[in-house]
Amino acid sequence: MLLLIITIPFVFGALSFLIRATAARRALLIAGAVLHAALVASAWHTRPAPALAGWLALDDAGLLFLSITSLLFAAAALYAIAFLKREHHDKARRDFDDEELFTNAPEAVLIGCLFLFLGTMSIVCASQHLGLLWVAVEATTLASAPLIYFHRHARSLEAAWKYLLICSIGIALALLGNFLLAVATMNTGGHEMPLLVNSLVANARAFSQPWLKAAFIFLLVGYGTKMGLAPLHTWLPDAHSESPSMVSALLSGALLNCAFLGILRARQICVAAGLEEFTGGLLVGLGLLSMAFAAVFILAQADYKRLLAYSSVEHMGILAVGVGVGGIGTFGALFHAINHSLTKAMLFLVAGNILALYQTKSVKSVRGLSRRLPVSAGLWLAGFFAITGSPPFGTFFSEMTILRGALAHGSLAVGIVYLALLAMIFVAMATVILRMTQGDADGATVSEPWLAIVPPAALCALTLVLGFYLPPALADVLHGAARIVGGM
Amino acid sequence: MGGWMDMILVLLILPGFVMLGSSRLQACLGALALQGMLMGVLPLVSAESPITVRLACLALITIALKGVTLPRLLEKAMRRAEVRHEVEPFIGFGTSILVGIVGLAVSFWLSTRLPLPGSTKPSLALAIALFNIFVGFTLLVTRKVALNQVLGYLVLESGIYIFGMALALELPLMVELGVLLDVFVAVFVMGIMIFHISRAFEHIDTDRMSTLKE
Repeated sequence: MLLLIITIPFVFGALSFLIRATAARRALLIAGAVLHAALVASAWHTRPAPALAGWLALDDAGLLFLSITSLLFAAAALYAIAFLKREHHDKARRDFDDEELFTNAPEAVLIGCLFLFLGTMSIVCASQHLGLLWVAVEATTLASAPLIYFHRHARSLEAAWKYLLICSIGIALALLGNFLLAVATMNTGGHEMPLLVNSLVANARAFSQPWLKAAFIFLLVGYGTKMGLAPLHTWLPDAHSESPSMVSALLSGALLNCAFLGILRARQICVAAGLEEFTGGLLVGLGLLSMAFAAVFILAQADYKRLLAYSSVEHMGILAVGVGVGGIGTFGALFHAINHSLTKAMLFLVAGNILALYQTKSVKSVRGLSRRLPVSAGLWLAGFFAITGSPPFGTFFSEMTILRGALAHGSLAVGIVYLALLAMIFVAMATVILRMTQGDADGATVSEPWLAIVPPAALCALTLVLGFYLPPALADVLHGAARIVGGM
Repeated sequence: MGGWMDMILVLLILPGFVMLGSSRLQACLGALALQGMLMGVLPLVSAESPITVRLACLALITIALKGVTLPRLLEKAMRRAEVRHEVEPFIGFGTSILVGIVGLAVSFWLSTRLPLPGSTKPSLALAIALFNIFVGFTLLVTRKVALNQVLGYLVLESGIYIFGMALALELPLMVELGVLLDVFVAVFVMGIMIFHISRAFEHIDTDRMSTLKE
């Protein structure tokens, strides 16, 4: 079962490189997305058995992130159909910024790499072996780099190059972290210990603490680069703003979570070894730093896709703070990971609709959105309220839970800085987003294809529902996942 | 076996200095190939027990990939991008060598300060690992040509790999192969992108890639 969830994307990916007919390939994309989502949904009913001698297993944290990934992929796949219909293939187009001629990558590459991206992320979510986790995280980088370079112009090339290089270096440091962790285990009787999360957690007390600390720092820096924690987030705004919108949605909503899972695994082992305070301090520090960086760059941001990208840096910071303070904050962080993924993916998809009509990413050039694209404008506004954590959206409750955790387990100062940064970002985003929806439109209302509207609307509705009602099954998994990283 | 191992390790200092001091990319790629070959032999000579099938496989694949395929791939990228030299690095080649010497000294000093669990004497392998990591970062930070940044990444990765070997860590074969595969695909994709960069920017000077900035 678990092997099926992982192999299906690879099989479909290989098929989409082989199939020549465009219509068949698009049907394949939808079929693969639906099949994967259905299999993951069935995992909520009966948890799949571990595979490959325990290397692959779905614990609560893995199931949670796998479900987010699968759901967002389904939304992105539907949206991709609308996107591909809008893109005129085979013809060179003028770039809207610098008048450069460019073409698109072949559709087979886009769809094939989307599937490979899904497959590698599924492995990340399911892997219980730190070595395998590392291999899979690096593989996600490789599968997604061609996606960023879909529009073949100089800017997206620059973004893809930065992404590939910076993330590969980051991940290389995480490999060093894995080696250091292996050194830390050598205290326990001299025999080699497999780097399986379960056996590491069980023996964590006996590990050499200085080496374990060093291992955590390198894992945090390494996976933190991929997750977009400041000051190593520099690839993120470029990659998110230059890639096609459904790819940005997957990068922000699914990929960053996968890197976060890598950090959670490291934290899980350190908590078992009694290093809760040390690792928590580092996480809170990096988290607040990320929020501060994001706040500065969101202020007076002139490009709305970069705005969303910096908002992702902010929310990754919030997740780090939540896990760092521990206790109820951990639950809040995991809940926030869901809310952020749904909301941010939805915002990127809507941004894609805006970009398709206005042909510019500049905030100043987008006016009168509510007249020209009424549905997208409504979603854009709703998304703004959701992403800034306004009630009644789920984000409000998760951000408040993290605040409660910070006040209960962290310190008052952490709580105050956290709240101040949230408020600052709210104001900064409000000025940008409200300006876009209002104003006079110099054009008629445009009808929007339903495939470009339904996926973001569904994601938005889910965030809204999570604000009112947390299904008991989801709450169980959230609490279970929080417990394994030392929270509740 | 100890003598052989030490010799290979000392030889692994050489490619680092070639890359730091040479502006000719061809020479840098030669150094990369030499490093790859040495890395392949290293697990064979460091083994205390007789050579197993697993070790032999790993050595063979490492030599084939790091010693032959990757340098070839990058050489092809270099030809197609029509670039032969590094252009005005942020620090000069002479200075780079000086930086390398300082890095080597610091690496040896650090390796005496970090006793590995289970041994009291400073490990030569640890010093070489740190030196290669240092060279990798230096190349990444100071070079402008995209190809040299790929070299920097590979040297960094090799340094980390030697670190693993210094500790006699035995990762499962599947993980080792996975790491090698990842590095191979990464360099493959980077090689393709270097070609695109040379077309889009008429040069593979990454310093010109500066549109995306705040």
